[in-house]
Amino acid sequence: MPERAILSGNEAIARGAYEAGVVLASAYPGTPSTEILENVSKYKDIYSEWSPNEKVAMEVGVGSSIAGARTLVAMKHVGVNVAADALFTFSYTGVGGGLVLVSADDPAMHSSQNEQDNRNYGKFAKIPVVEPSDSQEAKEFVGLALEISEEFDTPVLFRTTTRVSHSKSLVSFAERRVAEKKPELVKDMPKYTMLPAFGRRKHPLVEERIEKLKAYAESSPLNRIEMADTKIGVVTNGITYQYVKDALPEASVLKLGMTYPLPTKLIKDFAAQVDQLYVIEELDPFFEEQIRLMGVDVAHGKDLFSLCGEFSPQLIREKVVESSLTLQDVAEGLPARPPAFCPGCSHRGIFTILKKLKVFVSGDIGCYTLGALPPIQALHSCVCMGASIGMAHGMSHVIETGDDLTQKTVAVIGDSTFFHSGMTGLLNSVYNKGISVVMILDNRTTGMTGGQENPGTGKTLSGEDAISADIPAMARAFGIQEVVAVDPYNLEEVEDTLRAELANPQLSVIVVEAPCVLRYRISKPVLKVDPEKCTGCKRCLQVSCNALSLIEEDDNSYVEIDPNLCVGCTVCAQVCKFDAIS
Amino acid sequence: MKNINILLAGVGGQGVLLASQILTRVAMAAGLDVKQSEVHGMSQRGGSVTSHVRFGDKIYSPTVDDGTADFLLGFERLETLRNAHCVAPDGKILYNTMRINPSTVASGEASYPEGIEANIKKYAADVIAVDGLGLAERVGNVRAANTVLVGAISSFLPFPETLWEAQLQEILPAKLVELNLRALELGRQAVAG
Repeated sequence: MPERAILSGNEAIARGAYEAGVVLASAYPGTPSTEILENVSKYKDIYSEWSPNEKVAMEVGVGSSIAGARTLVAMKHVGVNVAADALFTFSYTGVGGGLVLVSADDPAMHSSQNEQDNRNYGKFAKIPVVEPSDSQEAKEFVGLALEISEEFDTPVLFRTTTRVSHSKSLVSFAERRVAEKKPELVKDMPKYTMLPAFGRRKHPLVEERIEKLKAYAESSPLNRIEMADTKIGVVTNGITYQYVKDALPEASVLKLGMTYPLPTKLIKDFAAQVDQLYVIEELDPFFEEQIRLMGVDVAHGKDLFSLCGEFSPQLIREKVVESSLTLQDVAEGLPARPPAFCPGCSHRGIFTILKKLKVFVSGDIGCYTLGALPPIQALHSCVCMGASIGMAHGMSHVIETGDDLTQKTVAVIGDSTFFHSGMTGLLNSVYNKGISVVMILDNRTTGMTGGQENPGTGKTLSGEDAISADIPAMARAFGIQEVVAVDPYNLEEVEDTLRAELANPQLSVIVVEAPCVLRYRISKPVLKVDPEKCTGCKRCLQVSCNALSLIEEDDNSYVEIDPNLCVGCTVCAQVCKFDAIS
Repeated sequence: MKNINILLAGVGGQGVLLASQILTRVAMAAGLDVKQSEVHGMSQRGGSVTSHVRFGDKIYSPTVDDGTADFLLGFERLETLRNAHCVAPDGKILYNTMRINPSTVASGEASYPEGIEANIKKYAADVIAVDGLGLAERVGNVRAANTVLVGAISSFLPFPETLWEAQLQEILPAKLVELNLRALELGRQAVAG
């Protein structure tokens, strides 16, 4: 074992779980949380799994905790919305073995559809919230959070943000400590069976628990005061603490590592020692509102700082001490470089045809969401995991049927997202006589998060052989009559099938079975453009492939294919009207 | 010592993160505090990528503020210009002259800007262009351009050559070590004198 290493926050959380004797870890992949379970799975002493969605991951964790095992469950911030049902009543039952639920929030929405501040979940579910500010703390706080969980009989919400999860810093290691008591099932009905009668007994205990946690917060090692100059005192947390230390090296700081419930006395004592109290927190005024309710005079908080996005040392300097740094102008008018479908991606041909047909595409969450970006721009809505099918169903029920393709809906959903929460939407749609076309884009991986296993891939997180769920058979079992397969690399077949199914007055499922070219490293012979035949019409460029580029010379322009990038999928060749690509 | 801030900028798939890893490990081996931050997720295939590296006696923020980068290490021409404003007034820009078309250029909606090299020069007194791709081709692998750039920046950092070589040997698979050591040396030579 090395003594120390440079670890990301996520790697450090995995290490923390190992050192604290965690026995089971479950998760659904989601940026910025994904690497937690990927790294936990390297420790053979911990049973780890990808569950099909966050609610199941949470339920698996609850079971493990009730059986007396220390447990870690991980997900991104919006994943907690899915898991909330299990979490909120688990707050009432309390734990057996300690349970930590990691919520990786994403201020600035680097890879998310919203920017919700999950500290609110602590208050809402009446459970403590713990937040590290670097990788060393990320590792240590896992152990502390498990101790709090067991001591106060509560699940603990362990919140990170992208800059904690994905930043690397130095971490020192320790040995694994395992509980002497082996997991054991103890039948304690009043504790774990939340009938109304038992639930009513529990609620007052939950309120008492929060009071006890408040008392603990006053002297918890998670919270600390760093006194310096007393002109300015800052209450802060997480990565923002690091920004404050850089931006305001003279200021006194109250660093909250336990961000719910808050230590009233500690905050009042700190406020009394400084001339001006600042509350600097990304996203919601979560501390500020509570501190004002304590009757403490807050000089500045959200009057200066935005409710949106990430902070930086520079931003804090500007707001608090008016920076004198003159910044150079950002270079203007540069072409954007958004991510795009990989060369050879099986989604490219599908979206090329969806664009051509001008249908309303009800989108979902995955790599195929990139179908919304220029030049393709053929994905017209995206709300949350699994929503595409239900949304298309709702749309089609309020639109009068006719032959106008612009008024017809096609739902697109990936394999992992279908297993996550698309299955129920599909069952609803056949049960309630839906008429949409549902395309299940099965590339046998959880792509956008980096290519994780799922119930369709035939492998578990730990690399063991597993079932490979049969999507067409599932659709038929739901009672769907019309289940067809298409080859996404045959554009004519895709178009004919889509046209036929759009004309079909009942729900149909089109399954696209084509493995992810990136993950499975699939390539065919590279294509070439015949410059004699190419007219420079740019039609092939509309499929948005980074292997293609336009060469412009004097009065002649033609397309070139980069042999280092092309994997020979032939989509560009099929849209060429001049037979110039082969 | 004074903290050193480095911003790396390039295109997804160019090995920006591996270069960051070498930098942070060398700093750690030299006994310094070190932090690094990048954003990955929306599978950055072909998208812009930046990585922040900071080291010194004590580091708080893992991110490099605009206008405070002692070094901007650019892996591609356009991405270097996109991030040029991040360089400190007395900072250095070291960049790979290579061109990679963004999808917006590939699709014909935008054109790849002219005069990038002259524009980059406006941002710092000290600008060094390196033919990373050409040098990588010389060692026999175009993917080693990132190591060429690491070699280039290593000439300006207070760590002995042996430390860089030791970290390369530790991180890379055995069959790639020799080639990357040559790339590192070519990078050093490219900025010498």
